[in-house]
Amino acid sequence: MVDPVLASRLQFAWTTMVHIIFPTISMGLAPFLVYWTWKEVRGDGEVYARLRRFWAKIFGLTFVVGTVTGIVLEFEFGTNFAAYASAVGGIFGGPLATEGLMAFFLESTMLGIFLFGRDRVSDRMYLAAAFLTGLGSWLSAVWILIANSWMQVPRGYEMGTRAGQEVAVITDPVAAYLNPRFIWMFSHMQMAAVLSAALFIAGIAAYKLLQGSDEGQFWKKTMKVAVVAMLITAPFQAVQGDAYGRHVHETQPAKMAAIDALWETQAYAPEYLVAIPTNPNDLLSPRPDDMIRIGIPGGASFLATGGDPSEPLKGFEAFDFETPPFMLVFWSFRAMVGLGFWFIFLALWAGYRWRKGELFEDRLLQKAFVVSTGLGVLAVEFGWMVTEIGRQPWAIQGVLKVAEGVSPGLTGTEATITLVGFVLAYTALMAIWGYLGIRIVRSGPEPAGADATGSATAGDAGVTGE
Amino acid sequence: MIALSLADAPLLGLPLVEIWYVVMFLTLAMFLWLDGSNFGIGVLFGLVDDENVEDTMLTAVAPLWDGTEVWLIVFGGAMFAVFPDVYAQLFSGYYLLMFMILGSLILRGVSPEFREQRHDERWQRLWGTLFVVGSTLAPFFLGMFAANWLVAAPGLFSVPGVVVGLAIVALSTVEGAAFTSMKLEERSETVVNYGYLAQGSYLLLAVLTVVYLYLFVDGMAAKILSPLAIALVLLTAVLGLAYIWMLRRGVALGAFVGSGVQTFGLVALVAYLLYPTIYPAGNLTATEAAVSTLGLNVMSIVLVIFLPLVLLYFAVLYSAFRGPARAGEGY
Repeated sequence: MVDPVLASRLQFAWTTMVHIIFPTISMGLAPFLVYWTWKEVRGDGEVYARLRRFWAKIFGLTFVVGTVTGIVLEFEFGTNFAAYASAVGGIFGGPLATEGLMAFFLESTMLGIFLFGRDRVSDRMYLAAAFLTGLGSWLSAVWILIANSWMQVPRGYEMGTRAGQEVAVITDPVAAYLNPRFIWMFSHMQMAAVLSAALFIAGIAAYKLLQGSDEGQFWKKTMKVAVVAMLITAPFQAVQGDAYGRHVHETQPAKMAAIDALWETQAYAPEYLVAIPTNPNDLLSPRPDDMIRIGIPGGASFLATGGDPSEPLKGFEAFDFETPPFMLVFWSFRAMVGLGFWFIFLALWAGYRWRKGELFEDRLLQKAFVVSTGLGVLAVEFGWMVTEIGRQPWAIQGVLKVAEGVSPGLTGTEATITLVGFVLAYTALMAIWGYLGIRIVRSGPEPAGADATGSATAGDAGVTGE
Repeated sequence: MIALSLADAPLLGLPLVEIWYVVMFLTLAMFLWLDGSNFGIGVLFGLVDDENVEDTMLTAVAPLWDGTEVWLIVFGGAMFAVFPDVYAQLFSGYYLLMFMILGSLILRGVSPEFREQRHDERWQRLWGTLFVVGSTLAPFFLGMFAANWLVAAPGLFSVPGVVVGLAIVALSTVEGAAFTSMKLEERSETVVNYGYLAQGSYLLLAVLTVVYLYLFVDGMAAKILSPLAIALVLLTAVLGLAYIWMLRRGVALGAFVGSGVQTFGLVALVAYLLYPTIYPAGNLTATEAAVSTLGLNVMSIVLVIFLPLVLLYFAVLYSAFRGPARAGEGY
């Protein structure tokens, strides 16, 4: 049996990492769907109704898997992290309840109309439902990131007692919920979602074009919208991410040390390009002597301060708590940044070809898009690993450690049963989602001239898919 | 400044702890009514053979379940925000049962969506069966969970847990039969008959539960004989008979609303029997478990703004899909 603390950590990590795939895609697809619905309702051509219908199928499938994988998370704080829930529920629970009231209700009710009600409501109401579904999904990100940013940079509370236990009591809701971290996280995450969705639909469109689909016009329209979105979001992420990094340096120096693999507090702190652990006994948090690091002197100081290479950066030796498994943070960060630069290159490459009128002639570009279909979501995973593992050992930075937050009565047997259950169940859900998604893509959009109002059955993918 | 004055006293001097105690159970009741009817449709899906009725059921559930399930999420969220110790002790205390509920909800949610994606018979039979399994187990485990909470049952299985579990399955079927009847263009005698059967079973199981609580659970006897509890039990019985009469007369909407009132009556009885305790296994009262005045005030403002909007969303959703379900409606 796995130790209940370790099993709870693994289970939470696994369930959140699987879950985030689906809202990333559905939040990112939302603006595209609103745009297509708007064009459809305006009567700008049947192709927009077909684009809306086709991508709504992928959206609906993704949304459902996102809903069922996400409902678990709402309760996992209670089941596995009861001590955490008691200690900070008075602050952390508020955004979660608000998320339900303000966002989940809106998105899930309007989703019903958006997916199934095309014939039942007016054009204007239908467009409103599309917009409100998207708005709801973005508002849910607002509240979950308000909750998460408080874990990174806790504010507006003091320690007090309730029912004989020491708990965090809210003193200033404005400081707690309009946390300085929130706006950094929200803009970074939402742009990442749009970029991931753009890469996702561009990859699918490129695949269909390379296959010589007879729906060329349909896929070219998809590709163009995606490229526009990439040209906006990919450079934004780099510029914004750089400034976000400086904010992390100021508010969470320990996370910065993990990102930079820094042990020693030093001026002219180097930006290590690689850090390779050499001692098999300590692969995830190697001591300085146990890793090979190659870096640019002063680089980390320069980036963290926005131009001053002499500014000292704190290393792990400056902190009196356990060192996190920072190799995961170090490499996740570099993978995320590397992917980010690849997305900028891809966007510029496509933009250049488009300008020359050759967007669809460059087969190498199309292949690059196909390879990149899921890379946006992968970059989001790396980003969250930096954020969450970089905060370890803390659940609430400087306030409560993860290990102290685990449910006191939880047994190893119980925790192992559910951990194994979730590994199996979520793997199955991902596999079925992928399988059904591929089927929908294979069969492509419904033929032009089919009922333009969208009353085709939900299962049409299967009819033509064989 | 605003924060400071909000920290001093409850909004308008209202008894916010009691209000939130009621709100928390109201969200649970909304869930057991609206999503309960979807569970009931899932149960009936396994009982009827008529393909036309089955299609109507799936078409009726598809646009609704995602929204109705949020009542459970908000029940958990409200408990987390306002009574965090209950949230923590209850869900970790009944750890495996909680995950059994969540697992059933996952099955119930994905099955109809997956089923519609392929049109061959084996695939549809598989996901149809899993839809029935998820829709039956979810209310059963939820009932077990609520009963274990109320009587502070020490383990996973308890006698009241199993009885109340079955009662919630029956109640969901009562709701589902009424809702299906609303959605069918032609009356289905099979569905109506299962509605009668479910209503009869529910009344029987409800009486058994109350008798069990009276005889075997400390401190319950006096409360069960109080006028309010007796009134709630009588109301349930009268509504049960009215339900059968209305289904027979084809007043399906009336039967559906009546089953909703029965659900609210049940939840009210549970809330009344608990109060002022909120978590008997931990000897915790609602007042002890509640967050600070400032926390209660902030959440109350959120509630006052958004609850009316939420009710509006549901009015829009249910009115968009009012009337018979047209099979094959979709994307």
